[in-house]
Amino acid sequence: MIGKVIDVTVDNVVGEVMKMKNDGHRLVTFSTYQEGEDGLGILYHFDKELETTHLRMTVKRDAPIPSVSGVYFAALLVENEIRDQWDVKFDGLVLDFNRSLYLDPEVTQVPLVSNVKIEPKK
Amino acid sequence: MATTVIPFGPQHPVLPEPVHLTLKVEDEIVKEAIPALGYVHRGLEKLADIRDYHQMIQVCERVCGICSMIHAVCYSQAIEELMGVEVPKRAQVLRVIWSELHRTHSHLLWLGLFADAFGFESLFMQFWKIRERIMDINEATTGSRVIVSVNVIGGVRADLSPEQIRWILSEVDIVEKEVRALQDTIMNDYTVKARTVGVGVLSKENAYLLGAAGPTLRGSGVAQDMRMLGYGGYSEIDFEPVVETSGDCWARSTVRFRETLQSMDLVRQAIAKLPEGELAAKVKGNPPEGEVYTRVEQPRGECVYYIKGNGTKHLDRLRIRTPTFANIPPLLAMLPGCELADVPVIVLSIDPCISCTER
Amino acid sequence: MFGSFIKKSRAKSPWIIHFDCGSCNGCDIEVLACLTPLYDVERFGVVNVGNPKHADVLLVTGTVNHRNKKVLKNIYDQMPEPKAVIAIGACGNTGGVFREAYNVVGGVDQVIPVDVYVPGCPAKPEAIIDGVVVGLGKFAQKVEEAD
Repeated sequence: MIGKVIDVTVDNVVGEVMKMKNDGHRLVTFSTYQEGEDGLGILYHFDKELETTHLRMTVKRDAPIPSVSGVYFAALLVENEIRDQWDVKFDGLVLDFNRSLYLDPEVTQVPLVSNVKIEPKK
Repeated sequence: MATTVIPFGPQHPVLPEPVHLTLKVEDEIVKEAIPALGYVHRGLEKLADIRDYHQMIQVCERVCGICSMIHAVCYSQAIEELMGVEVPKRAQVLRVIWSELHRTHSHLLWLGLFADAFGFESLFMQFWKIRERIMDINEATTGSRVIVSVNVIGGVRADLSPEQIRWILSEVDIVEKEVRALQDTIMNDYTVKARTVGVGVLSKENAYLLGAAGPTLRGSGVAQDMRMLGYGGYSEIDFEPVVETSGDCWARSTVRFRETLQSMDLVRQAIAKLPEGELAAKVKGNPPEGEVYTRVEQPRGECVYYIKGNGTKHLDRLRIRTPTFANIPPLLAMLPGCELADVPVIVLSIDPCISCTER
Repeated sequence: MFGSFIKKSRAKSPWIIHFDCGSCNGCDIEVLACLTPLYDVERFGVVNVGNPKHADVLLVTGTVNHRNKKVLKNIYDQMPEPKAVIAIGACGNTGGVFREAYNVVGGVDQVIPVDVYVPGCPAKPEAIIDGVVVGLGKFAQKVEEAD
C-alpha cells in the first residue's frame, strides 16, 4: 500500500488526528475492514501535497469508538456510514443519524459483518 | 424572525437524482441545511462477496454511469497493483483516451444541467447537442454510449484503428470549436454572471479543511488534481491542473469549462503518443492477501479505492470513496446565508452524483 | 364535446415525469438525452414536467430500494388517472446487476404496476423512444376505457 502507515489506539486517535490537521493534512476518508471475529480495522487516509499517510486502528465492535468529527467536520458522513455498515457506536459524533443514513428499518442485517452473508435471491 | 422548514427533494425538477435537504429558512435566507441520503443506496460494496474480482469490474462501472470508465480504471489499477500485473503501454494510453472522452461528456452534461438550473434552457440544449458527438465516438469505438465497459484486469478489450483515430481527431476538433463558441455565454453573459458570481462562496481554507475534491477544490484556488500523480498513461502526458480562485459557482463552472477544453487537448496528446503493442496482459490466479489504496481523478474529483485481498477470487473488502461524498460537507458549509432561490444552483455547482455517493 | 376534446389531447400530447429510483445515472442521462436536440421526443408531443400532478406517464429508472419505494409509491399515487408507467433499463426491470445487494428490493414492478419494460444497461435513447411510443399506445387505450 502506498504511503506511510502509523498505528494508533483508541486512546490517542483523536490526538493523532489533531496532529495531522495541524500539520496541514487533508482528510481523504476512512476505510474499514473486518479484523478477526468481533474486531474492526479502521484506516484514516490523509493527503498532503499528493503524499498519502494512513493511521491504522483496530477496535472491538461492541465498544464505542472516539469520533474525530469534532476535529474534521467532514468525518461525520463517513462515521455515520460506518455506523450503518458495521453497527458500531461513535463517541461524540456531531450529527448522529442513528444508523439511518442509508438504511431503513426493513434492513435487519448488519451489512458488512462477514458472518451475515447475502443469500443469492431465487 | 420565525424559522420555516422547507424540504428540498427527493424528487425535484432540477435534480436528476433523489437527494433530500431539509432547509431551515428565515425570510428568504437559508440558515441551515441538513442532508438526508439513502435514496440510491444499493450496497454494492458487499457484492464483492458473491461476484469474483473479474465480475466486479462490471459492478464498479455501475457505481456511476457518468464516470463509469474512470471507476473501472481505478478498480483495475488497484487489482493490477495487488497482483503485480504489468499493463501494456498501449492499453494505458487507450485508457487515458477513453477517460478524457468521458470527462468531456461528463463536463458538457454538467454545464448543460447547470444552465438549466438557472433557467437558461437554450444553453442546456446547446451543450447537450455538442455532447452527442462524444457519445457517438464512445458508441463507435466501444459499442456502448454510456457504460463503455472497455476495461479488463490487465488492460483493455477494444482497440482503435487508424481510421477511427483520424475520425476521433476530426470530431474532437469540431467539438472544441463548438464549445469555444459557447465560452462567452457561460463565462461572461450578464444573466449567467448575475446568478453565479458571488453565490455559494467557499474559501480556500474551508475547502481544504472540509476535504473538498475536484473542481470544487480547484475552484477555490487549491491546485490539486490526481492526474498530477501520473498514474497509468498520464505519466506520458503534459498536464497542468486548472485552477480558479474566487470559490463561487462561477469559478466552479469556469474550472469545468476550461477542463473540457483541456481534456480535448489531452485526447490529442494521448493519440499522438499512442504506442504499438499488446492490449492486455495475461492474468492468472487470484488476488493475493494484501491491501491496496489507489486514487484517480474523476470528472467530479478524487476517487479512492481501498481493496483488501484474501487469496481467493472474492475480495475481502472493497471500499469506494467517491468525490461527491467528499463534496457534501463543503456543500453544507456553502448553503447557510444564501437565498432560497439560489439553492438549486449551489447544489448543482458541486456536480452532485448521488449514485456515486451512496453506492 | 369538451370531454372528447380533452380525451384526444391527452393521448396526443402526454406529459411525462421522470423519477430516478436508484439507478447509476446511465439510464437517467439517456432519458434526458431523449429530450435534447438529437433525439427530441417533443416531436411526438411529449413534454417533460417536474410535478407528478401534471403528469400522465411515469418513466422510472433504476432499482427500488427500501427508502425510495415509499417515494415512488407516493409519486405514483399523486398522478391523476389514467396513467402509464414505463420501467427503463435492466435495473428498473428486474434489479439488474444489483439484484442481490442487501438494500435492493428488485424491479419497479415490485411496488407499482408497470406497462412497458425497456431493456438495456443502460437503455439506448432509441429504445427509450420506442418504449415511450409503445407506452403512449397503452395510455391511449386506457384513456378510451376510462369512461
